[in-house]
Amino acid sequence: MSTTPIVDLACPVLLTSHDTVLLGHGSGGKLSNDLVRDVFVPAFGSTELARLDDQAVVHVNESRIAITTDSYVVRPLFFPGGDIGSLAVHGTVNDLAVGGATPLYLTAAFILEEGLAMDVLRRVVCSMSEAARKAGVRVVAGDTKVVERGKADSLFINTTGIGTVASEIDLSAARARPGDKVLLSGPIGEHGITILAQREGLEFESVIESDSAPLHTLCADMLRAAPGIQCMRDLTRGGLSSAIHEIAAQSRVGVELEERAIPVREEVRGACEMLGLDPLYVANEGKLIAIVAPESASAVLSAMRKHHLARRAEIVGTVTDAHRGLVTMRTLLGTSRVVDMLAGDQLPRIC
Amino acid sequence: MEICGGQTHTILRYGLDELLPPAIELVHGPGCPVCVTPAEIIDKAIAIALLPGVILASYGDMLRVPGSKSDLFRAKARGADVRIAYSPVEALKIAHANPHRRVVFLAIGFETTAPANAIAAWQAKREQLANFSMLTSHVLVPPAIRALLRSPQNRVQGFIAPGHVCTVMGLREYGKLASEFAIPIVVGGFEPVDLLEAILMLVKQLEAGKACVENQYVRSVAYEGNLPAQEILKEVFEVADQKWRGIGAIEQSGLQFRPEYAAYDANRVFDLESIEVAEPAECISAMILQGLKRPTDCTAFGVRCTPERPLGAPMVSAEGACAAYYHYRRHVTPDLAEV
Repeated sequence: MSTTPIVDLACPVLLTSHDTVLLGHGSGGKLSNDLVRDVFVPAFGSTELARLDDQAVVHVNESRIAITTDSYVVRPLFFPGGDIGSLAVHGTVNDLAVGGATPLYLTAAFILEEGLAMDVLRRVVCSMSEAARKAGVRVVAGDTKVVERGKADSLFINTTGIGTVASEIDLSAARARPGDKVLLSGPIGEHGITILAQREGLEFESVIESDSAPLHTLCADMLRAAPGIQCMRDLTRGGLSSAIHEIAAQSRVGVELEERAIPVREEVRGACEMLGLDPLYVANEGKLIAIVAPESASAVLSAMRKHHLARRAEIVGTVTDAHRGLVTMRTLLGTSRVVDMLAGDQLPRIC
Repeated sequence: MEICGGQTHTILRYGLDELLPPAIELVHGPGCPVCVTPAEIIDKAIAIALLPGVILASYGDMLRVPGSKSDLFRAKARGADVRIAYSPVEALKIAHANPHRRVVFLAIGFETTAPANAIAAWQAKREQLANFSMLTSHVLVPPAIRALLRSPQNRVQGFIAPGHVCTVMGLREYGKLASEFAIPIVVGGFEPVDLLEAILMLVKQLEAGKACVENQYVRSVAYEGNLPAQEILKEVFEVADQKWRGIGAIEQSGLQFRPEYAAYDANRVFDLESIEVAEPAECISAMILQGLKRPTDCTAFGVRCTPERPLGAPMVSAEGACAAYYHYRRHVTPDLAEV
């Protein structure tokens, strides 16, 4: 007779300190991490999921397959530099690419609100198709659901991406070691500020565009340049700060950033100052960070700067064994401070 | 002591205190408007937001501020229509667009934000807008400085006055304080170099045995201040006693609607019972906001009191002193350096 351990009788989802889902649970900050750690990982229990990377790498027969999935709920649907369709392709391609995968196939599921203009849907789908063609991936399966007016905001997209990973590649957020360098592919905060400006009708002297772009060729160039890349992350919700924190936590290391080295476009800096936001936490859709062994850092950096999506790449920090799990920053004045992970979204300040 | 929370934030963010010689100690004042808003006001805002037919709008950072039991984000998750507004005029637009709903703007802040709130009430009155009101909690800087200086425990030897408040209100009140209490006051800006220059100006006054008001933030502050803004404040509000979260009541340190504007005062429109909320016994915020203790002197700091679960005012918003230490100094705080 087999005995079943009592713990298996209940769904192993921890009680959280929140009795309802808050918007902050979708911010990419601490609340999002809590949700994943306390609800999803214990419930599903797979080792691939528990690695908390942007993609899972699984073995099918002799091949290594990377899988990722992502949902897009951006408002407005069209914004300078892109739209929800191209964003869905780029975001999914990037989640595969930063795992060292070659993106091959996408699925596309649409949740449409009753009353959505057919012309809007056509424009989104055409843009998605064009983005997929340019990125060299094929959309091979899909699904459509229509919900009553008011039950969705115009149009939501979910995509799943599949790619292959070469046998010699082994990237993981748990591989950062003291002494490794942090490389950033370019100026931060452009996507988040573009969306905020559109949403709130804010106008600036010069146009800020989303940086939405597929990063797979950049990732491939980097991986070819030198063997010492430990891990890569694309910067999305929660910005540079969230991505670095995830790596610091997974690898149980500290990270010290160099404020002077982090590129931020003047327009983005100005908009952030006006709104009381910190560019470190603002979303991006076409930037990545890489943790690179010190001896490979300059080779990877020069490969990045040769790629058109990373001309302004910089080494922005170092992995340390001090204050494990914390991210700090050497400020412009030479002092040192903690870069915290936000609980929820950044909120515009009162004054 | 710097008064403004924005200045506290800059000091900790750039570690300005680390750069100064040990003879200069910086202590942090009560100037984070979000922090000093009484928990009772947040409780009232939540109660109003949960009433049927109400839209409650406020500045983004007010939505996460905990009252005695909950915050506006949680009220929103429970079904309340809570919206982020960038200005009170935006709340007026919401009222125009929703004539069958009652729109309430939660209006808090120092003299900096009060004129914009006054304009919204003035405009609503002019348009006879019947579905708009404001729940206000306005605080004034000079009465708070006076209360600090009158305290027998005071150890502040110079003040950095808040640049934005002085842009609106001018320097007159601060000149009176400097001569009444023989204390140097320098109006400072918000960039690291602004604050370093303001500190230098204070030190020079102290070394010369002077006590007057000086203006470091000349690119923004004029002696008279912004006269039209002061006019609209006087038109809509009158000075009243005010409770400060973490400090207590300070005489004549707030603004309330004049009787002519009673129709726009959410306190009267909604006839809410006033609830007294006690401050947690372990919290030493009153000592911190007077510069008598540092955030890291508190036994609850970073353990039982964090930005997610603040016990008291200075941990409530990112610009409060305790939150600034928590956000920027954990790597050098014993017991909190390893997480």
